[in-house]
Amino acid sequence: MSPSRESAAPLTKPAPLSVTLRINGESRTLSVAPWTTLLDLLRNHLDLTGTKKGCDHGQCGACTVLIDGRRALSCLTLAVMKDGAEITTIEGLAKGDELHPLQQAFIDHDAFQCGYCTPGQICSAAGLIAEGKAKTREEIRELMSGNICRCGAYPNIVGAIEQAMGGGR
Amino acid sequence: MTAHIGTATSRVDGRAKVTGAAKYAAEFTAPDLAFGVVVSATIPKGRIVSIDAGRACAVEGVIDVLTHANRIRMADKDEAYRDEVAPEDGAPYRPLYDDRVHFNFQPVALVVAEDEDTARFAATLVDIRYHTEEFATDLHARREQAFKVDKPVKPRGDATKALSGASVRHDADYGVPIEYHNPMELYGSTVLWREGGKLVVYDKTQGVQNVQRYVCGVFELKEGDVQVMSPFVGGAFGSGLRPQYQVVLAAMAALKLKRAVRVVLSRAQMYGLCYRPATIERLALGAREDGTLAALTHEAIAMTSQHEAFSRNDIGWGEVLYASANSRATHRLAKLDVPTPGDMRAPGAASGVYGLECAMDELAVALKMDPLALRLRCYSDRDQDKDLPFSSKRLKECYQQGADAFGWSKRSPKPRSMRDGRELVGWGMASGAWEAMQMPFATRIVMTANGHVEVASATSDIGTGTYTIMAQVAAEMLGVPLDSITVKLGDSTLPKAPVEGGSWTAASISHAIVNAADDIRAELLKIAFTMQDSPLQGLSAEEVTLADGAVMAIADRSRSVPMADIMRHGGMDRIEKERGSEFENDDQHAHNTHSAIFAEVKVDEELGVIRVTRIVSAVAAGRILNTKTAASQIMGGVVMGVGMALHEEATIDHRFGRIMNANVAEYHMPVNADIHDIRVIFVDEEDRIINKMGIKGVGEIGIVGVPAAIANAVYHATGKRVRDLPITLDKLLG
Ligand code: FES
Ligand code: FES
Repeated sequence: MSPSRESAAPLTKPAPLSVTLRINGESRTLSVAPWTTLLDLLRNHLDLTGTKKGCDHGQCGACTVLIDGRRALSCLTLAVMKDGAEITTIEGLAKGDELHPLQQAFIDHDAFQCGYCTPGQICSAAGLIAEGKAKTREEIRELMSGNICRCGAYPNIVGAIEQAMGGGR
Repeated sequence: MTAHIGTATSRVDGRAKVTGAAKYAAEFTAPDLAFGVVVSATIPKGRIVSIDAGRACAVEGVIDVLTHANRIRMADKDEAYRDEVAPEDGAPYRPLYDDRVHFNFQPVALVVAEDEDTARFAATLVDIRYHTEEFATDLHARREQAFKVDKPVKPRGDATKALSGASVRHDADYGVPIEYHNPMELYGSTVLWREGGKLVVYDKTQGVQNVQRYVCGVFELKEGDVQVMSPFVGGAFGSGLRPQYQVVLAAMAALKLKRAVRVVLSRAQMYGLCYRPATIERLALGAREDGTLAALTHEAIAMTSQHEAFSRNDIGWGEVLYASANSRATHRLAKLDVPTPGDMRAPGAASGVYGLECAMDELAVALKMDPLALRLRCYSDRDQDKDLPFSSKRLKECYQQGADAFGWSKRSPKPRSMRDGRELVGWGMASGAWEAMQMPFATRIVMTANGHVEVASATSDIGTGTYTIMAQVAAEMLGVPLDSITVKLGDSTLPKAPVEGGSWTAASISHAIVNAADDIRAELLKIAFTMQDSPLQGLSAEEVTLADGAVMAIADRSRSVPMADIMRHGGMDRIEKERGSEFENDDQHAHNTHSAIFAEVKVDEELGVIRVTRIVSAVAAGRILNTKTAASQIMGGVVMGVGMALHEEATIDHRFGRIMNANVAEYHMPVNADIHDIRVIFVDEEDRIINKMGIKGVGEIGIVGVPAAIANAVYHATGKRVRDLPITLDKLLG
């Protein structure tokens, strides 16, 4: 038995659409299928693999990026819906050689092990700080709970965010 | 000299990880890259009757649909599929080999397309018909059919008689459900095809050389034709010890299509990989009035697949922890129509010690003794099964330091007697143990005249900190700064290393580095002592040290020669040395790590919501190479232990033989809000016996005992004993 190839007429895919995004300060125009997520656009089309895929279903937070300054799950965002938006990924946080304070704080506090959830954690923390809602450790924990870390670095992640917020140990 | 070993050094790969520069298996690319998406079986057992890929193939951009019917040639002997950590008994599963379905989520086809979206869409169009056979997926239903496996734990005395004669007895079953590793990185492989059919494989694995041999075996390729790399691994926890099927599928597609192929599993498909097997841990303890044990029996009944007999040491931990004149331990396996279970963080111990340490708590209640006092009463200085003393066992200090840090002495013994507002407060404790193992590893060090040092081994860093400790040990031994060291790992062409598992990597790789560094040192000294006008002339090897990039006299640090000068003088651009870890076999001692865990829970009396508000984990694990990364290892184990206690369970609908919560939203794992104070204490433990450096390893010990400490705390808070994990609020209120 071999997979049969005759049975169906060719299925055409939806026509690609053009989308322009400012990614880490650089304007990029791409032609992508309407079903392409921002996550796949970053990883597969632009080779910006710092943004991670942990579930593709909005359940883990690994794909968190900043869209117009707000944290968002790129796996649940269709790229074409964000035409004109400003996207910041983990690759866009450092200024040249100088790390973003959150990046440095994550290193200082050993706030990761395997590092796979880390870009999402850091982008999420940047969004959290911009929101200005979290003041206590308890609030940081609650508002960072959309980002799973299977390595279990949570207490160190909280410590790192406190450091970056300026109240840290 | 700068000390590196034993310090809180930040990860040397930290920058790569926080900037997104670290590349994981599915992030390598090639101009001719195609994308493969797996189609998974929807039945647990049977045969594929037909596969109609017509509609899938008709999608523009689809290149091929691979199935067992059109696959390329694969080995037909089990040995080819038996990787270095496969169970000895059984026939390993062969991906896409034939029409048999052995378990749900088994791969049955691979759709390859020019881009990932297209492959994913086309995969939904593959029409597969099955003939389903009768199946079984419920351990509890097959308990009576479980067969006994040969385990090295020997019976001592007459446990049955001692039990019946004991003045206080406790006998119960403790249940551990199926748990999944769920590393955050999806399983994936990128396979590049090179002219002549050679493969460069980027794989998510804990053992590049294991995968390399396996791929060569399965596709009957020559050793030099396959290189496997895995520079960064997004978590694994044991799931990457054996090669996973996506690497077979990606390699098969690359070989067939003669181009690069990447295959990434979906999160749901990762529930068709290995897992911590569900077990029933049956404990019976018999004690005298004073708390000393007269008998200890432990029977574990675990699930395995029909095709392989997977079992680990659930039952031997009482022999390591507690003195008992009579004991009996048995391990049984029930075969089910499921994938073969695998090693998940502290395999065997996490489950077995959960049962043992809850049983000890229940015995303490029956004896009206403090749970910690009972542990001390039953303390054993010897591994009773092996009848050997320990190379070191500072468990008493773990109890002491852990109890002090926690404030255990302030515990009020009665259940439901402590409270914080509307919440009941419970304090529980447990002991933990793991084996301290070491394996043959090799490493190569290259020192160049410009002061740069490269340390290389085919081992892995799955988040454990291997990169960092390798750099630390080399920096200390060679007296060079940390930032002049480059560590290379995760490449099958590097010096030999087994899979990274069992907590054996730190001890093993460190000794290989020390040996290679010794050879480099000897080479440097040979020249340094004989150089003209050398300030070191007349000194012996014992009188000099390597520090600050120079060879210097220990007694007078001003007498020194820079290593660069030595190499220039010797006319050398580089010194290259490769050595193994070379451990002596010590059969006179038992080798273990130990821990004491103290947990506080707060339980909402009306709603049954449980919070683990405090954990103190005191660990004795020999010499700690890096207090920062080692503490993270323990903390990660504790967090996973919280998950094991309160959250984690893969639920099979036994009517369909299929996991119903195959995702990371309904398979609950701890999130940030679930984790509160965790304090890790490393108890000083100098072990001069186990190996030259006194290293034991910390990857597993962190989780062992944590579920029991929490379960015991929940009992103390509520007066209700829930023995089947996870302890969810419905069980507590029910
Ligand atoms: S990949 Fe987007 S939330 Fe998991
Ligand atoms: S660092 Fe591994 S998942 Fe968070």
